[in-house]
Amino acid sequence: MAPPSNATVLQRSMRLVCNDRFKIVRLIKAALTAPLLASLAGCKMVVMSPAGDVAAQQRDLILLATGLMLLIIVPVIALTLFFAWKYRASNTAATYDPTWRHSTRLEMAIWGAPLAIILVLGSVTWATSHTLDPYRPLDRVAPNRPVPAGVKPLEVDVVALDWKWLFIYPELGVATVNELAAPVDRPIEFKITASSVMNSFYVPALAGQIYAMPGMQTQLHAVINKPGVYDGFSANYSGAGFSGMRFKFKGMAPADFDRWVADNRSAGAPLTRAGYLALERPSMDDPVRRYASVDPALFLDIVERCAEPGQVCKGQTMRRAAAASRALASATRVLCSTDRRSLPPRPVSQAPLQY
Amino acid sequence: MTTASQLRAVGERGGPAFYLTEEHHPENSTLLGFWIYLMSDCLIFAVLFATYGVLGRNYAGGPSGGELFELPVVAVNTAMLLFSSITYGMAMIAVQNRRAKETLVWLAVTGLFGCGFLGLELNEFAHLIAEGAGPQRSAFLSSFFTLVGTHGLHVTFGVIWLVTLMVQVSRRGLTETNRRRLMCLSLFWHFLDVVWIGVFSFVYLLGAMA
Amino acid sequence: MPNSSELTKFIFGRLTWDALPLHEPILLVTFAAVAIGGLTVLGLITRYKLWGYLWREWFTSVDHKKIGIMYVILALVMLLRGFADALMMRGQQAMSFGASHGYLPPHHYDQVFTAHGVIMIFFVAMPLVTGLMNFVVPMQIGARDVSFPFLNNFSFWMTVGGAVTVMMSLFVGEFARTGWLAYPPLSGLAFSPDVGVDYYIWSLQIAGVGTLLSGVNLIATIVKMRAPGMTLMKMPVFTWTALCTNVLIVASFPVLTAVLALLSLDRYMGTNFFTNDLGGDPMMYVNLIWIWGHPEVYILILPAFGVFSEVVSTFSGKPLFGYTSMVYATVAITVASYLVWLHHFFTMGSGADVNAFFGITTMIISIPTGAKIFNWLFTMYRGRVRFELPMLWTIGFMVTFVIGGMTGVLLAVPPADFVLHNSLFLIAHFHNVIIGGVVFGMFAGITYWFPKAFGFKLDPFWGKMSFWCWLVGFYLAFMPLYVLGLMGVTRRLSHFDDPSLRIWFVIAALGAVIILMGIVSFIVQIAVSIMRREELRDLTGDPWDGRTLEWSTASPPPDYNFAFTPVIHDQDAWSDMKARGYQRPVAGFIPIHMPRNTGAGAILAGISVAVGVGLIWHMWWLAAGGLVAIIAVAIGHSFNQDRDFHIPVEDVIRAEGARTEVLRSVA
Repeated sequence: MAPPSNATVLQRSMRLVCNDRFKIVRLIKAALTAPLLASLAGCKMVVMSPAGDVAAQQRDLILLATGLMLLIIVPVIALTLFFAWKYRASNTAATYDPTWRHSTRLEMAIWGAPLAIILVLGSVTWATSHTLDPYRPLDRVAPNRPVPAGVKPLEVDVVALDWKWLFIYPELGVATVNELAAPVDRPIEFKITASSVMNSFYVPALAGQIYAMPGMQTQLHAVINKPGVYDGFSANYSGAGFSGMRFKFKGMAPADFDRWVADNRSAGAPLTRAGYLALERPSMDDPVRRYASVDPALFLDIVERCAEPGQVCKGQTMRRAAAASRALASATRVLCSTDRRSLPPRPVSQAPLQY
Repeated sequence: MTTASQLRAVGERGGPAFYLTEEHHPENSTLLGFWIYLMSDCLIFAVLFATYGVLGRNYAGGPSGGELFELPVVAVNTAMLLFSSITYGMAMIAVQNRRAKETLVWLAVTGLFGCGFLGLELNEFAHLIAEGAGPQRSAFLSSFFTLVGTHGLHVTFGVIWLVTLMVQVSRRGLTETNRRRLMCLSLFWHFLDVVWIGVFSFVYLLGAMA
Repeated sequence: MPNSSELTKFIFGRLTWDALPLHEPILLVTFAAVAIGGLTVLGLITRYKLWGYLWREWFTSVDHKKIGIMYVILALVMLLRGFADALMMRGQQAMSFGASHGYLPPHHYDQVFTAHGVIMIFFVAMPLVTGLMNFVVPMQIGARDVSFPFLNNFSFWMTVGGAVTVMMSLFVGEFARTGWLAYPPLSGLAFSPDVGVDYYIWSLQIAGVGTLLSGVNLIATIVKMRAPGMTLMKMPVFTWTALCTNVLIVASFPVLTAVLALLSLDRYMGTNFFTNDLGGDPMMYVNLIWIWGHPEVYILILPAFGVFSEVVSTFSGKPLFGYTSMVYATVAITVASYLVWLHHFFTMGSGADVNAFFGITTMIISIPTGAKIFNWLFTMYRGRVRFELPMLWTIGFMVTFVIGGMTGVLLAVPPADFVLHNSLFLIAHFHNVIIGGVVFGMFAGITYWFPKAFGFKLDPFWGKMSFWCWLVGFYLAFMPLYVLGLMGVTRRLSHFDDPSLRIWFVIAALGAVIILMGIVSFIVQIAVSIMRREELRDLTGDPWDGRTLEWSTASPPPDYNFAFTPVIHDQDAWSDMKARGYQRPVAGFIPIHMPRNTGAGAILAGISVAVGVGLIWHMWWLAAGGLVAIIAVAIGHSFNQDRDFHIPVEDVIRAEGARTEVLRSVA
């Protein structure tokens, strides 16, 4: 795989460096292709071979965008090296035109070519930003397989804690720490928040990431298509225990998933307020924990920053300013654009009062 | 700037002139430089205004602007600052007429208005803090104190600068350097006025109405 | 009568013996090395009685050329620190798999990556850019100095003050463990109560004053001090990029200043701007800091683009192709750089419309950038390309940068960003544009203008060693990071579970070692060049057959740059002068009006560092006393009217006569 090829690349490069400065071409090609070839030879590039439909569409988008840009990048690199070689000072046979500095047609072309690519890519961006909006409920579970009528997404409430993940399944009444599971081919609706600092919820095999932020709720819709065990983690640095803030995401056949839920119910204790407050305290490399039941109001209270007894929920303070707040929020949408669309209409950015 | 005669002086020897034979006096850049600096300062205020715009309704259960602001006092304050701009203008007219004493008098009046403004503002702050509405109480109050306080800090520096210039004018008269510095301070002082008009309308008037 | 512990607390604030890393072997050894090295340098300066010389001729100098050179020296010293951090990270990530946790616990590792980012951006890239602009711009526009020479000296020392503050954190206390942009709530008092974030805030605030004032200074210089005849559309492209960069500095650094001030209010006064509770909004910080942060990217890259424009045209023996479109492209990038900041956090959940808008504006920037690449390309077309060192860096840049540009546009597609954001793919992307663009550009600039600054060229052999090591090292160090990003590996991790990733980190570490060889080669290059300076000497002042005005004067240039102010008739003024048979004036000299040196800048910056230390360690007497002292010194300085003098005409005649002799001997 990688080591021999790179070692030889290095040897060759060093030889090339010493021999001939014009062999820059080969050198760069070698440096570029070695990791690519090696990776094609069997490295697990999960972003390039995901197991969920959303991530697969994102992969296709990467390939499409890369292909579009290569249309311009490859000629540029080739021309750079070709012109540098062709018009080298020692090649007196090449035309030398020391006054040539302008050509309207050429300049139209050099502005036009990137413009054309960006027009296409921009349209793709506009379209895919909407179709792959993480807030948008899925309309298909795989290519040509629309979500069957009557299938409701599985809701999972995600809380990023210092430094572990809490997953609450409101319709099933169970909760887990550092293990997430879902049945294959059923849409999943994640509602995501954090207890203290910013994190990012990311399962590369499933779908792109979204931030987990304290006092706010973000959303992600996704579906897993192949059973298996996948890696999930925080993709936004959050302090000392960040490296260990990982979990396994299990895609399961529906029957296996039901068994997994039943196991949780039988193996776990309930997750109480007090239990949550203890869990919330910073800890690193936590084991998987299972909870047979969970306080149904807990997640919203975490979002509203009133999980601790005595705290006043964000939404309850200052309802009198709610209307003004909403107006302001729409005015400052770009500057402070964290979307809280999924929350019931509560005033934006209001904090609980600590007595 | 280059005069045609200078260029001609070189050109006379034939061929295009490639250099000046006399000393080149580029325009003085101080006012431009100071203006650019003011624009950057303006951006700091823009950030503080934007912050107030985002956080200005986050009372967190605490008091709102409508409950806190005493518009009459603020109106007096505003009037003082506006008058100080007029008196600074009078000082600049005196500078134009090269009347150092008159300049000093108007500068002193301007400084007194500035101090009066600062006194009232500090008084307001002290009241708010005593009522438990200090900058720690809510994001609204944090952004309010910071925006108004930053303006006040600027006025404070303006007053220190003004006193320094008064000493320099009284010692050296209205030299070219001193005139240039007075001009810069003038820009600064009027700039603070403009910012205050923003503070008054955006923070106090809108806040009191909310 | 306060008892002694209260008195100690009053004097030292929260500084105690525990703040010194007496129990950290790595830091102790580093400290010993730095201390020994520092004492040796100080001892040598004392031994050879250089203090007076350095103080009079350099530290207090208001000469833009010397200040520019000092900026570059500062940047190179800080590069060693920043790169040491990089090596430590690469080492840790190559070691820390499974049962092994490497040699850096998170407490240290997290400081290392924060310091690496902060130092490389603020104290390496920024001083390099500012240094080159300072050195080159006044000469390119035919001026004798910048508009505000004292301010220039002050700006430099404030930048040094910021760097000193960062370095202090290595040995006294600790640095931030937040990442280089210190996002709250993590950087707030609740989650980072120690001095790290305070070091971060105050070092950036002190250096920020310098950066801002230097921006004001250079804009005023370019607008007001151009030689007669040099209309805007006859300005050299480097000067154009410098103008745009400084406009960006002035229009973005105040945002950084303000947002850091708000963060410090949260930390010092207990306000609630970015806290989780009482109405604070941490996401506002993220927005505001990127409103500064994205233009900052262009602040760094635009001057590099300027260098490449000068280099490619000089070494192709042709005027730049498409000057006008190059200028408009630069201006377009300047404006557009303010409309893209949100692409740094598409994953915040801003909604499809907002994300798509910022994604598309980001892509639009690639259009003028692409046009620039083509302009350089067609400058080589039908040229006579000489592969001197600056040109090698330029070709290395053109090939490397387009790859970084491609991955950048990829990251601008929001749904693609969702899977690549914060991954090592992102790290590879921005190192690809910063190393392949800014660093290569600065090295091209240094090797290009070095003979102008010192009168001899840099040794080509070691220069080529440095170039190839950087180029190969870059690809080895960062191509694996692209792969790792596609394997779903995120940034800032100090430990990994999956051993199959390890090989990529080992390759990357190897690449970092090769880059280290590039840095060492560069240092060797300087040393060898100084030793061989007589062989490498350039007496003409125009070693590359240059095209712009700085090449019309002697190398090193006299204090006054030009005995007579040049008059400009065309773009590439010096080329035009050479082509039309310009005769260097040998008579008719006049005394030259110049600014006088002053120590006020160094003193003010020194007190600013003291204020910073006072604030970081809660020694309130020091902070307050320092502030009063700054105001006092500034007022005192305003009473100093002895700020300029005339170089006597005899001195000008002597210097210009000597140059006449030299030129005759060469001809």
